[in-house]
Amino acid sequence: MNPLRRLLLKGAGASGAVLAAIAAGALRPGQVLAASWNTGAFEAKKVGDAMSGLGIANPVDSADIVMKAPDIAENGAVVPIEVTSNVPNTQKLSIFIDNNPNPLCASFDLAGGAMPSVSVRVKMQQTSNVRAVAHAGGKFYVAAKEVKVTIGGCGG
Amino acid sequence: MGDPMKIRASMQGDVAEIRVLVNHAMETGQRKDSAGNLVPAHFIKHLTATVGDKLVVDAQIGTAISRNPVFAFKVKGAKAGDKVVINWQDNKGDSRTDEAVIA
Repeated sequence: MNPLRRLLLKGAGASGAVLAAIAAGALRPGQVLAASWNTGAFEAKKVGDAMSGLGIANPVDSADIVMKAPDIAENGAVVPIEVTSNVPNTQKLSIFIDNNPNPLCASFDLAGGAMPSVSVRVKMQQTSNVRAVAHAGGKFYVAAKEVKVTIGGCGG
Repeated sequence: MGDPMKIRASMQGDVAEIRVLVNHAMETGQRKDSAGNLVPAHFIKHLTATVGDKLVVDAQIGTAISRNPVFAFKVKGAKAGDKVVINWQDNKGDSRTDEAVIA
């Protein structure tokens, strides 16, 4: 555990996501990718920490995000999730599973005509809320759905 | 180099639907093998999709995505004949690029 990174992440959580992005970027000058893999957000153990790691603040519940997911997943290793955002100007979609060891599942930056609609298959360790967050013009909208899992897909 | 992806891209009305099946173990690093040893994490971290040289999706991916993952995207403004290029990179530095043409 890198204490400097911890400190930066901690500070960033309090003072906003832009700082987190700058801090993460500054610590990895060798990375050429515009958006380097957000280690802090992906390794967070709590959904709140994962969200703030991605810069999500004060997400508003929204009926404009349509999430298709099974009510009961018999096999937690393969749970199909489809997220469509009808929030205007959605630039990014991210998916969280509250009760997974690392709640952040994936985030999709959308550009060049990509519609805010993605389908993925995820692993779920146990019954959990699945949350989809739409990032639109600096605001955040969220929808959640509980998926019951009968056989977990993360353990051994 | 990983195994080839399967990419299906077709026009549904004025929207291109792109489906990608990636062959990847997507090990979480939490699973144990039959001998009780932890299987090290091995998963895709980045996946990008371009249509006609335009980046449309830039995804960051964690371990919670299933083994041999399937992704589906929808893209407006694309047309039949446009080239679709999908690239992924995993946490061990492996990567692969495959392409298809929108039907």
